[in-house]
Amino acid sequence: MNIQTLNEIKARVQARKSGLKHQVCVCAGAGCISSGALSVLEAAKKQVKDLGMDKEIEIIPVGCMGACNQGPLVKVDPTDTVYQKVGPERVPMLVERHLQNGSLVDDMLLFSEPGKPAPSKKAGELAFNAKQQKSVLSGCGTINPEDIEEYIAAEGYFALHKCLTQMSPEEVIGEVKHSNIRGRGGAGFPTGIKWEMVYKYVSNEKYVICNGDEGDPGAFMDRSVLEGDPHRILEGMAIAGYAVGASRGFIYVRAEYPLAIKRLEIAIKQARKAGLLGAKIFDTEFSFDIEIRIGAGAFVCGEETALIASVEGKRGTPRPRPPYPAQSGVYGKPTLLNNVETFANVPLILLKGGEWFSSIGTPKSTGTKVFALAGKIANTGLIEVPLGITLREIIFEIGGGIPGGKAFKAVQTGGPSGGCIPAQCLDTKVDYESLAAVGSIMGSGGMIVMDETSCMVSIARYFMEFCVDESCGKCIPCRVGTKQMHNLLSKICEGKGTLQDLALLEELAPYVKENSLCALGGSAPNPLLTTLRYFRDEYIAHIVEKRCPAGECKIAKPAASLGAH
Amino acid sequence: MANLISITLDDKKLDVEPGQTVLEVARKAGVDIPVLCQLDGLSTWGACRLCLVEVEGSPRLFPACTTPVADKQVIRTHSEKLAKYRRMTVELLFAERNHICSVCVANNRCELQNLGYRMGMDHVRFPYLTPECNVDASHKDFVIDHNRCVMCTRCVRTCDEVEGAHNWDVMGRGHNSRIVSDLFQPWGESTTCTSCGKCVDACPVGAIWRKDAGQSQLAKRPGMISELVAKRKVKS
Repeated sequence: MNIQTLNEIKARVQARKSGLKHQVCVCAGAGCISSGALSVLEAAKKQVKDLGMDKEIEIIPVGCMGACNQGPLVKVDPTDTVYQKVGPERVPMLVERHLQNGSLVDDMLLFSEPGKPAPSKKAGELAFNAKQQKSVLSGCGTINPEDIEEYIAAEGYFALHKCLTQMSPEEVIGEVKHSNIRGRGGAGFPTGIKWEMVYKYVSNEKYVICNGDEGDPGAFMDRSVLEGDPHRILEGMAIAGYAVGASRGFIYVRAEYPLAIKRLEIAIKQARKAGLLGAKIFDTEFSFDIEIRIGAGAFVCGEETALIASVEGKRGTPRPRPPYPAQSGVYGKPTLLNNVETFANVPLILLKGGEWFSSIGTPKSTGTKVFALAGKIANTGLIEVPLGITLREIIFEIGGGIPGGKAFKAVQTGGPSGGCIPAQCLDTKVDYESLAAVGSIMGSGGMIVMDETSCMVSIARYFMEFCVDESCGKCIPCRVGTKQMHNLLSKICEGKGTLQDLALLEELAPYVKENSLCALGGSAPNPLLTTLRYFRDEYIAHIVEKRCPAGECKIAKPAASLGAH
Repeated sequence: MANLISITLDDKKLDVEPGQTVLEVARKAGVDIPVLCQLDGLSTWGACRLCLVEVEGSPRLFPACTTPVADKQVIRTHSEKLAKYRRMTVELLFAERNHICSVCVANNRCELQNLGYRMGMDHVRFPYLTPECNVDASHKDFVIDHNRCVMCTRCVRTCDEVEGAHNWDVMGRGHNSRIVSDLFQPWGESTTCTSCGKCVDACPVGAIWRKDAGQSQLAKRPGMISELVAKRKVKS
């Protein structure tokens, strides 16, 4: 592979696409597949072929388009028309009216509802999309994830070529540092500094690991990127490998993501065949190859030291740091570990420059961030926004607000490690510092919206239950402390709690936070702490008045007092 | 001799050799930091959280057993906060399984019991979880009673690192994690156990014991494991 070949592929694909009358993208993300997208794809392909139009109309499967609850989604270009809830039975009508006759099918447009004014005909102008800025997701929903040529046509692997032929590893790291990008896994450690640390350790072998063990309830950012644009991750990892001096990489994906694993396998095979992975990439001295490691269903394996143990084939439990993986990671060698979304940003940073990247977002939180909207919100799905946007803009403009005329109560960011942010904090900016200031975290990008019918004590109990189940059992604060907190929360939810139980909870929470071995236990009390901070009255109502203000907890009416017994 | 580094340990300035852990330095300086999962001669585990110390400039607490000393480090091994946390850790352990000292073989010789005395634990404020735990008496000489286990994994590490048999390991997770013999076979049917009895001595509590021991009669010799490892080292 060389730059001429890359350019040839790009020109060839672009020429083919510009000769098309229509390009039809059928969302083949896990969400749309579960609502029948694959049969839509087959039906559309067959019909277009039967009509003899398959030379002028190209139908491809693509990654997630975002509006997941409206799936299966079908996008028709060049008009940028997105159709919602396209079942196979509606394909003939769609093909006839739009593809053959060129007239849009208004009542199937994305976000159209009977009896409501028709939404914008161009998908890009919809409120859902207008405030979004897609860079990590630029390939998701626009290219066929199983075709390396489509990725190359979208400037794919050009950043890797630029790094290997025009830049020294120091310069690559300098560019990443200049971009100010912070780790997208949740903690927000500056990526460039991490790369530099691994680079500086001298070793005969180093490793690059991509953390795709996305486990937060309601979060599916990494899954969508892996499914929709797998080559972007491979390219990002290869660039990282060149920068830090590693020749081997691992992608750790959870077994619950079979489609992501399948698409990654295809992508790795294609990249090896094209000479973009393997020995002497672009005829340089740099060799790099990637293996997939499949997680076995433990949330804790998203923690870096537990993940490394799991990659080595050991029981996935964390270990104390220092030494940090940058010094001693896989098989005791210096190891660079970044999240899927972090790697997905890398090719863009190298192609467009760190300056470009740092111009997006806020000075301390640069770039864009992908979020998964879930819960009591009109538009659930996947979005990408510049950091610094407010929660209000995300929930009420992009997300379309709370359905059913209910009132907004709280938004939970960061999953079981995050916190619940109440209505009075809706104008909080979404950046690492602001979210920490209100007691939550950025996290990996899950956003669960709750309305007035959600009980905050019950939410705290739910997340605590998750942590009890997922605690590895190694350290005492997490193993026993989360179990004790869960028991106390359950007691309160059942209306059997006392103020003394509340006092115990408030003593346990900071203890578990400060004493746990890893971030799972260290952040497990966050949902409890934030709900106590903002919704203390709900706890008191459960305990003192034996009543659930949201009406969610089933509290039996206390029997008439029998006095002491 | 390598260049010494200077640290401050509980307000005392010390010049020490680099490459040691905070625990090692503290012990040499006569400072007693409580431990449970740590045992000299075994690999460090860092899980019991009793040896956590404060390091100036970091909001985190660090386990003394795994944290290497660094130049100009200011360490505090005892404070009001640490004392409170250590007591809570011991309380949580007592509440976790079924620790009933009066009928235990290790009574008066138990590290957990001693920690309770040391932390001034006069009662346990947390509700007892009273889980259902098995007692495996299938081995001809020994018994493992999971009711008394504190999951320190000293038996696992001793069996793997000192005896080289690796009969013990951990299964399950969270509060359901348990020590297992082989791949969850009865201990008496283990094909890896050599019946060496080192795990009996490594165990800090009355969870693994000799069948001939009665109530309060089990003398443990954890120092024997450390001594064995030290004696096996080739002097350079």
